Amino acid sequence: MTQLALVIDLNVCVGCSACVTSCKEWNTSGSAGPLVDERPYGENPTGTFFNRVQTYEMGTFPNSETMHFPKSCLHCEDPACVPVCPTGASYKRKEDGIVLVDYDKCIGCKYCSWACPYGVREFDEQEKVMKKCTLCVDRIYDMSMPEADRKPSCVKACPTSARLFGDIHDPESEVSVAIREDGGYALMPEWGTHPSNHYLPRRKTKMKIHADELERADNPLKLDQQLPKPDKDQSTMDDVSAW
Amino acid sequence: MKPAFSVIFLTTLIGAAQGLFLALFTHQSYALFGLLPMQSDDFYGYGTIIVLVLLAAGLVASFFHLGRPERAWRAATMWRTSWLSREVIVLPAFMGVAFLFGVSHLFGIRPEIVTLPGGMVVDLSLVLGVIGTLLAFALFVCTAMIYACLRFLKEWNSPLTVINYILMGGSSGFILAAFYAASAAPDQADFFAGWAIIITVLALIGRAASLIRNARLKPTSTIQTAIGVKHPKITQRSMGAMGGSFNTREFFHGKSDAFLRTIKPTFLLLGFVLPLVLLALGLSNPALLGLAFILQYLGLLAERWFFFAQANHPQNLYYQTVG
Repeated sequence: MTQLALVIDLNVCVGCSACVTSCKEWNTSGSAGPLVDERPYGENPTGTFFNRVQTYEMGTFPNSETMHFPKSCLHCEDPACVPVCPTGASYKRKEDGIVLVDYDKCIGCKYCSWACPYGVREFDEQEKVMKKCTLCVDRIYDMSMPEADRKPSCVKACPTSARLFGDIHDPESEVSVAIREDGGYALMPEWGTHPSNHYLPRRKTKMKIHADELERADNPLKLDQQLPKPDKDQSTMDDVSAW
Repeated sequence: MKPAFSVIFLTTLIGAAQGLFLALFTHQSYALFGLLPMQSDDFYGYGTIIVLVLLAAGLVASFFHLGRPERAWRAATMWRTSWLSREVIVLPAFMGVAFLFGVSHLFGIRPEIVTLPGGMVVDLSLVLGVIGTLLAFALFVCTAMIYACLRFLKEWNSPLTVINYILMGGSSGFILAAFYAASAAPDQADFFAGWAIIITVLALIGRAASLIRNARLKPTSTIQTAIGVKHPKITQRSMGAMGGSFNTREFFHGKSDAFLRTIKPTFLLLGFVLPLVLLALGLSNPALLGLAFILQYLGLLAERWFFFAQANHPQNLYYQTVG
């Protein structure tokens, strides 16, 4: 069994929104028709996007940290949005686990969006059907493209390689290794939807230095537990201690 | 959630219709056992016409909820998994049986189906009435389960949702039946008004219970689980959209907390307390009973608005600040 998914490294994401624009560009130009854009250059631009980058701040200034958080359909292994669909327009592909909407069957009742806790389905106000991330299903299997391009548009666009794409059921795939070794986690695990997309947490590279590492353990003059400090004009043996 | 008027009208109109059908057939059943005087076929037949008008109005309202109403027929396909699909099947089935029930009475097509040992004759209208009753309850369950099955929306995810849809629809329908009887068969109005009082009291208890339950709910999801960061103070700085999106329009009711606080006592008063007072005062007074039905219908519209507005969707955690 295959479950294609994205792994998003929040440690690397800089919040540039290149994934948002490339996603919109690819998916508004496809055979499924344009993604609606209302007042794109007006005062309150709004439209349908499959992917959005949000920004969160943890803590209070000055002890705060900013995190950019790209959010798109998580292609849950147990998608709550699929069984509620009355027409079967919403479905999960058996062969690769991608959750899709058949735009020709959708009646636009919006019930699936109510059943998704993540708010990743967006209604198209022009076509009056529900739309969502397709994991660029019209791209990743397109044999007319070079193999390097057979990846979701957002993954190709990311300048910092914060987005990985692959099969999370294959234990040796890049995404599985990243999830396993870099602490990949799922969003809102409390609902049991088992999201396929995972996020890698922000990590800080820290070096732990113990006190004894700052002193020479074999300091021969360490009688009073203090380093004999040389005067500024005196010569030292190692720039730290002296006779 | 953002209350959609199409759904508010659909659920209240068909609720009243189902209640009225149940009221009419309850009367016919009582009469069959000799507990009440059997009324003319016209009484049940014309009552069923009101049922059908209300159902049709509800059905029309429901189409306004769809982005692509011309594809509505497709909604009957996924009945194995979707309560919405089940409702789409049961609603026309109930309409059809109610129509046949009305035809059987109005045109006197009541062939004998079976004679019970006691000499009791089971005719076609009775069989249709029993099927219609089962479908009316099935429709209540389907309508309510559309909301009650969504486990993320904790305000709805409760058996009380189903119980209250049945009781409020029943209350509305029996009050309408009392009003109809007061005009068409005045000596029978007491029967319907009496049941209407009992069901309305039960509905008030059920709705109050769900209000108390919802007031004590604690959200399962927090901003911490939503983005997977363990920090007591997380603030959203940008939601990734400047002019709003589907996510900001569909899941917020867009009214102030003060408005929400006003609606709650309003619907309790209009939907339950005032109808009870009017029922008690005017057991067979058509004007008072008519007023009771109209006031309660307005109250139930407010109740349904509040029902939707009160539900807090976890996706709202991701849409707090435009930025």
